[in-house]
Amino acid sequence: MNIYVLLKKTFDTEETISVSGGRIDESGAEFIINPYDEYAVEEAILQRDQHGGTVTVVTVGDASSEKQLRTALAMGADDAVLIDTDADLDEGDQFTTAKILEKFFEGKEADLILAGNVAIDEASGQVGPRLAERLDMPFITTAVKLEIENGTAKIEKDVEGDLEKIEVPLPLLVTCQQGLNEPRYTSLPGIMKAKKKPLEQLELDDLDLDEEDVRAKTATVAVFMPPKKQAGRILAGETGAQVKELVSLLTKEAKVL
Amino acid sequence: MSEKILVIGELQQGVLRQVSYETIAAAKQVDADAEIVALVMGGGNLQQPAEEMIRYGADRAITVAHANLNNYTSEAYGQVILEVMQKENPSGVMMGHTSVGKDVTPKIAGRLELGLISDAVAIEKEDGNIMFTRPIYSGKAFEKKVITDKGLLFATIRPNNIPALEYNPNRTGEVSALELDVKDLRTIVKEVIRRKNEGVDLSEAKVVIAGGRGVKGAEGFQALYELADLLGGAVGASRGACDADYCDYSLQIGQTGKVVTPDLYIAVGISGAIQHMAGMSNSKVIVAINSDAEANIFNIADYGIVGDLFEVLPLLIEELKLEGAVIQ
Repeated sequence: MNIYVLLKKTFDTEETISVSGGRIDESGAEFIINPYDEYAVEEAILQRDQHGGTVTVVTVGDASSEKQLRTALAMGADDAVLIDTDADLDEGDQFTTAKILEKFFEGKEADLILAGNVAIDEASGQVGPRLAERLDMPFITTAVKLEIENGTAKIEKDVEGDLEKIEVPLPLLVTCQQGLNEPRYTSLPGIMKAKKKPLEQLELDDLDLDEEDVRAKTATVAVFMPPKKQAGRILAGETGAQVKELVSLLTKEAKVL
Repeated sequence: MSEKILVIGELQQGVLRQVSYETIAAAKQVDADAEIVALVMGGGNLQQPAEEMIRYGADRAITVAHANLNNYTSEAYGQVILEVMQKENPSGVMMGHTSVGKDVTPKIAGRLELGLISDAVAIEKEDGNIMFTRPIYSGKAFEKKVITDKGLLFATIRPNNIPALEYNPNRTGEVSALELDVKDLRTIVKEVIRRKNEGVDLSEAKVVIAGGRGVKGAEGFQALYELADLLGGAVGASRGACDADYCDYSLQIGQTGKVVTPDLYIAVGISGAIQHMAGMSNSKVIVAINSDAEANIFNIADYGIVGDLFEVLPLLIEELKLEGAVIQ
């Protein structure tokens, strides 16, 4: 089975976010594999180990994205592809990324494409479904269980807390939700092996694309921080009195009850 | 030139979700003079929801009823929306940023190669441009986006952020039933297991009662459910509580997990890890109940009670019952 994973580099969840010069300040920040994409990498490895085949991780990013790809290789992926747009593109959006990936998949036989349900930075959740549509593949988002049998996927999908059981034939794109699996840690032998695994590097030219073909259809005009929250009020006194005061404050001051 | 915005209503067990009405208001913010056309689709009995969309401000409504629309699939819903778009040729399409909205809108954007702004929380006009504000980094920051493509305006709206227009029971408009042959689907929904309490959806709830590790177990969550039911709210959780198996991951609020903006957020036994706070810090009023006075959550809470939640919660439930408090 040819399994592909769409991977994105994101800020470490521990990072404090700040804005400088109208952009998110990335200086000195630590980057990780988008946490939802980690479920996708893990699931790809599990499916390959069960059904055979190869796992290829693909990212659209810059030279530094190699680090996240190597981590995925250390987890157990077989190949990695870095589509480096740094030299060609100033700004992209979900259309841009999906278009690039569409070109990448042209002529490839993907049985299963896995991706994170959403990236924790821009959180659009668009790229997976957009790509599936371009490749004329069905897609299922927010999967919490995936079983493949005789070319059909049996999927459990999280729908805002409800659960749907769905059957859909391969080829297929699935986006991964928390609960699907427990991503493995990279081991030292895994990291050593990953250094020798193939990592292909492509640019827009290699995909017969130029900047015009992938020009973003949306633009960010401003980035700003939410207003600082005022320090709140810690109630005092005997518990019963505190509870009475709280209800009174919620009713009369905050007016939410 | 008169503009037309297609607003896609979303049914949940036969009833329109609140965000469908909020999307009508959002469409009016985009263009106060635009004709608002509501699309309501489902397995049947769509006349009443279509009329509800009109009473909340839509000018007219289109219904598409078909057995293949009983359960949502991106293929069936996508097909219907695309056909209605072709027929109506709207200048904009808007929908709620719900599980369904998140799923079907990028499919349409992919097919038509459109720009799509997802998860907008506010809309304003500046120099003739429509600006959408949306949270990034789980609400740790915000961005303002515009659609640069001169084609269609396409956006999804986060529930609970743009107030619906006033309900007008006397407002009328044309409801037309459109017959479409919804094609055979590759995707088959075998079963839907409803697990939500009292049908209050976490992302749309006006009140969220969230539990953390301090709740100590699945039994401890019972009091949270009781409080949520009393206030017509939903129960959420921190990652710690989910990892410890006190509740399902679908309840998780945070950087990974759901981002919520209710009117009232009560954090119970939650210490306030940065990842959790990212998912709830934009709630309008935050209450924290924690035995540790040093807990981070108190830094962003409007009101804090330092105390044993197993003592505080029953008292709070009792007091609320006594006061007959209801959510506004």
